[in-house]
Order: sequence, then structure tokens, then C-alpha cells
Amino acid sequence: MSTAREVLLDPILDNNPITLQVLGICSALAVTIKLSTTLVMCISVMAVTIASNVLISLLRNVIPANIRIIVQMTIIASLVIVVDQILQAVAYDLSKSMSVFVGLIITNCIVLGRAEAFAMQNGPWRSALDGLGNALGYGLLLIAVAVIREPLGAGTLLGYTVLPSVSSGGWYYTNGLLLLSPSAFFIIGLIIWALRSWKPEQVEEPEYQITHSAQFMETV
Amino acid sequence: MPNTAGSNSDKKGYNKDSIGNILLVAITVCLLCSIIVAGTAVALKPAQLENRELDIRQNILRAAGLMGAAAQPAEQVNALFEQFSVKLIELETGEYSGAIDPGKFDQLKSTKDPAMSTVLSDDGDPATLRRLEKYALVYLLEGEQGIEKVVLPIRGYGLWGTLYGYVAVANDFDTIDGLTFYSHKETPGLGGEVDNPEWKALWPGVKIYSDGQPAIALVKTRSSTPEQAAFEVDALSGASLTSRGVQNLMRFWLGDRGFGPYLKKLSGESGV
Amino acid sequence: MEHFLGIFVKAIFVENMALTFFLGMCTFIAISKKIETAFGLGIAVVVVLGLTVPINNLILTNFLREGALTWAGFPAVDLSFLGYLTYIGVIAAVVQILEMILDRYFPFLYNALGIFLPLITVNCAILGAVLFMAERDQTFGESMVFGLGAGVGWALAITALAGVREKLKYSDVPEGLRGLGITFITVGLLSLCFMSFGGIDL
Repeated sequence: MSTAREVLLDPILDNNPITLQVLGICSALAVTIKLSTTLVMCISVMAVTIASNVLISLLRNVIPANIRIIVQMTIIASLVIVVDQILQAVAYDLSKSMSVFVGLIITNCIVLGRAEAFAMQNGPWRSALDGLGNALGYGLLLIAVAVIREPLGAGTLLGYTVLPSVSSGGWYYTNGLLLLSPSAFFIIGLIIWALRSWKPEQVEEPEYQITHSAQFMETV
Repeated sequence: MPNTAGSNSDKKGYNKDSIGNILLVAITVCLLCSIIVAGTAVALKPAQLENRELDIRQNILRAAGLMGAAAQPAEQVNALFEQFSVKLIELETGEYSGAIDPGKFDQLKSTKDPAMSTVLSDDGDPATLRRLEKYALVYLLEGEQGIEKVVLPIRGYGLWGTLYGYVAVANDFDTIDGLTFYSHKETPGLGGEVDNPEWKALWPGVKIYSDGQPAIALVKTRSSTPEQAAFEVDALSGASLTSRGVQNLMRFWLGDRGFGPYLKKLSGESGV
Repeated sequence: MEHFLGIFVKAIFVENMALTFFLGMCTFIAISKKIETAFGLGIAVVVVLGLTVPINNLILTNFLREGALTWAGFPAVDLSFLGYLTYIGVIAAVVQILEMILDRYFPFLYNALGIFLPLITVNCAILGAVLFMAERDQTFGESMVFGLGAGVGWALAITALAGVREKLKYSDVPEGLRGLGITFITVGLLSLCFMSFGGIDL
């Protein structure tokens, strides 16, 4: 049994849900153009993951096995509706700019994945920690992407100017590519590269080994 | 998904996989979730409606140049908006209409209603609207000498999608006073520069009509003759399709099928 | 007619679910190692999207939207907040029913698509398309065309990615980039290619 600390910290770097498990990036990348929307997205995901993990963990001994997925889905969808309604009431501008992506937290694989894989077997306290850890790991990566995209793409961070752009009288030529969707893929790819160079045990095994002679031929 | 649940639960003869329990759990979960969801939705509805209203008001104030890009507290926005009177007009004639209460009229929704809108044929639809509503809302800023500004809702197709915005017209009804787009999908950094305050600052003072037809043009280089240059605004660099879209939508909405008849009627009344 | 064609083409190329909205990424990355499986999954997504988007459109217009319950005597009821719950329920139900029908009457199709169907319930491309349909206030006809278009676009994207990855596995990729990393960069390049369809206007 792992300690509570491991439950919380493990998913952030060693077992990051996005870089290792390829979970939950769907709804995430489209909001990384601006740091503000990214932060709101992370907080929403965190709230939903923790709440659904706790609820499902409390109910784990009564949920019948053959309807468990639909029960989990119902709980998650209800939580997302609550989050969405709250956002519309208190942060209307942000919720408008996030359009459908708040709703897509329902199908975020992290939420359902953690509910199914962790909360169904563990107590509510540990499940809450697991939810928090996974949401933090997810959030950290998203924030990293947003912190690269917003300043280099628009010259601002959280709406404040950090690199005065030429179009508003400064010196920085904004890189439009970073505001387009492909850049998010490139940045994630490069972050994975950096992370795996730092922690080589995460590197995947190649499907085909290049033989020695071929490598030799290449170097010649 | 691996079947991980279902183990170590058969304590005290309680079978959580019996039909009875399945139904019980399903019904309880549904009931509880619906109570929570409906409760939040009902409790937060007033705040959401207020936000929506506030958002529209802020955009109108921005177009009229009464408010900056930053959000302002609700009281301040509402106080500023008090100066405006909202009226409903019939687009075709330009006359005020009492058909619907302006406070309850949703102009965008009415374009979906066959009774409230007409289909635009392809050649008469430069802004790619597809359907044009019969009635439109106008926002009048009235001072002591009558109307000071009038703010009109506009929309039209750019590169990626429809741009929605407001244009403010000064009280000679021939000069743009301000322009703002509150929703668009243009490429950030290129067409998305329609949001750039410096570009928007080019608009006030631009003339609208030449021989009764809107002649606004977004151009790469301004004409040398001042008569022509009065109708011109710098196009957005690197975004020719967005610029063309903005030109088309401005010409359409200020033209005969848009607010043209209404603006002409106003200018006739004020005797300019 | 042209209007529908416009929606269709736009949903495939300009607003591609996977490459511009990042939807359905989990399965998109995980099931794109071989062209055949990718194509099978793609077809399953087309079928499910083509069914669920119009069905949800009917439910939205007849039950959930403000004033939609006028026929039942509740003109002031606005149930649109139940949207998410309904959509995901409908998607899960349609997938389940489809699976049973295929199993019973079209065993050939079931063998080809069956394994992908359970995956599709939690594929965000499906829910995403439904939510876009709701956000854009589409009519029934529009929603049908949009659903199909979005599905075809997603299928096209995953098949293209699988094609690239099949070639890629013979190449000597730097260690840290191997697998996931290079896949992301490939998707980025694909997405960049699809951007050139911007501005297509029908």
C-alpha cells in the first residue's frame, strides 16, 4: 500500500496522466491559448475529479458492478453541470470563452479513469488525494503549455503585457503560430521529450531495433 | 474497462448485484443528482441572466466609446447604459415598431424563425448571413439636443466564422463613431486583430455614404484624394479575407437592406 | 443544398474535430498505430456521430430548450441545464443499442466494429459534436449533416495519422521522443496541414 504522500505526488511527475497515460488531453488543449481560461479549466477539473472520486468512493460498496459505469457517468455529469452553472453565474466572460470545453470535462478520461481505477477500491480520503494529485499533474502540464503560448503568441500573461508587441507599439513580433492549435501539439511533444530525457525510465521501447550495422552505415 | 468492482462486498449476506439493489441504486442516484442539478440551476439562474444582460450592455457601451476594454462593476455599467433607450425598428422601412417588447426581443433568435426573417438569395448576401431578420434593435444615446449616437447590431462572415459586433454612428448619421466585435473566430494575431484597440481607433470619423450608398472600404494603402480617403480604413495586415468580410458586413448593414432606411429617416428628421 | 454542403465540408476540413478542437484525442493517439484498426474505429465514429447528433438535436428542440415543452402544457419550463446529462445518456444508450443490433443482425459488421463501440461512449469527439450542435442552434437537417461531416473528418484524421505512424515506426527517433512525443509532433504537423483549408467558402 502506498503512502498518502505517494498517492498525491506520484501522478504529478512520475506518473503524469497526460505524458504517460495519454489521458484527458482532449478537452484541455483548446483552452491553453490564454492562461486565465487554463487556470479556470484546471480548477474545474480539480473540483470535479476530487468530488467524483470522493462520492464514488463513498458509494463503492453499494454500486452494482454491471451498472457502475453509468452510475459514475451520471455523478460526473451532474458535477460538471454544477461547475458549469457556477461558472456562468460568477465568471461569465471566462465561461463564454471556454464555450463547450467545460462540458467536455464529462468525457475527460482522467475523471472517469480515476473513478474506475482508484475510487472504486479505496476510501474517500485517499480517493480525494488521488483526485487532487491527478488533477494537479494534469493542471501543471496545461499551465506549462499556456505559459509558453500566451506570452510568445500574444505578448501577454493573464492579460498583462509582458512582451510589448509591435502592434501595440512595443518591440516584440508576436508569433502567431503559438496561438493556433498545432502549436499545442508541438509543445506537448517537446515537453514529453524534456520530461523523458530527465526521467529515462519513462522512455518507450522501440518497436523495431535498428541493428548495429545499419547504425554504422549511417554514421559513415 | 477492467471489471474491478464487485469483490469483497458480500458481507452479511447483502448482495449488491441483485436486481432490487440495482434498481434501488439507479433510482436513488438519479433522484439525488437531479435534485442537486436542478437546485443549482434554479438558484443560479438570476445571476446568469444578469451576467448575460450585462455582457450585451458592456459591448454596446464599448462600441459607443463610453467604456474601455476592461470589465467594470455592474452598477457602473448599468448606470452608463441608463442613458440609452432601446427601440425596435422594422429593417425594411426603417420605422420604429411596437410589434414586440424590445426588452424581450432576441434578434439573433428571430433569424431562425421563418415568420420573423427572410432568406437572402446568394447574390444579395455579401456578408453570408443566409437569413435576415425583419426587426432589429437599435440603441439610442440621447442628449439635450436630441440623438447623440445610435448603436446598431451587426454581424457577418469573416474567414473562419461569423463576426458579431456593434457599430456606433454619430448624429450626422453619415459618420462612424465606433466599432466593436464581441464574438468572432478569426485567426489570433491576424484576423483576430479586429479586437486590437489601435485598429478600432481608426474607425471613428470614417464617412459612410457616397451618393446614398455605403462606400466604406478596407484598403492596403489609403487613396491620395481626401474625398476618397474619408471612406477608407487600413485593412488588417495578413488578413485579407477577414478585412473583406468586415467591409462586406459594414456595407450590408449600413446599406438599403440593413439600417440604411433607418439612418436616412433619422438624418431627414434632424435636418442635417 | 449548398448550405448543407458547406456545413459538411467545413465539419470535415476546416473545423476538424480532432485536429482543430483536440477532440477524441485519447483514442486518437492510442488507436492509431495501424491503418486498419484506425479505419475501423473511424467508421464506427461516423456511424455513432451520424446517429447521436440528430437524435440529441430532436431531444433538445422538443424537450430541453426554453419553451420546448409548450406542447405538453409547460411553456415556461427551461430544462437546458439538463443538457449534459441527457446528451451523455443518449450517447451511451445509442452505442449500447447499436452494439446489440449489430451483434444480432449484422455479425459481419459487429466483428469489424464491435470492439470499438464501448470506447466510443467516452470519446469526447462525440459529446463535443453534440455540444457544438447545441451551441450553434442547428436545425434537424443541419445537425444530421454536421454529425456525419464531423465523423468523416475525425475518421480521415485518424486514418491519416495511422498512415504516417506506420511509416514512422521504422525510423530512428531520439529516445525521449519515441512513441508519444513524436506522435504529438506528427499530429501538430497534420493539424497545420488542415489549416490550409481555412477560408473555404461554399
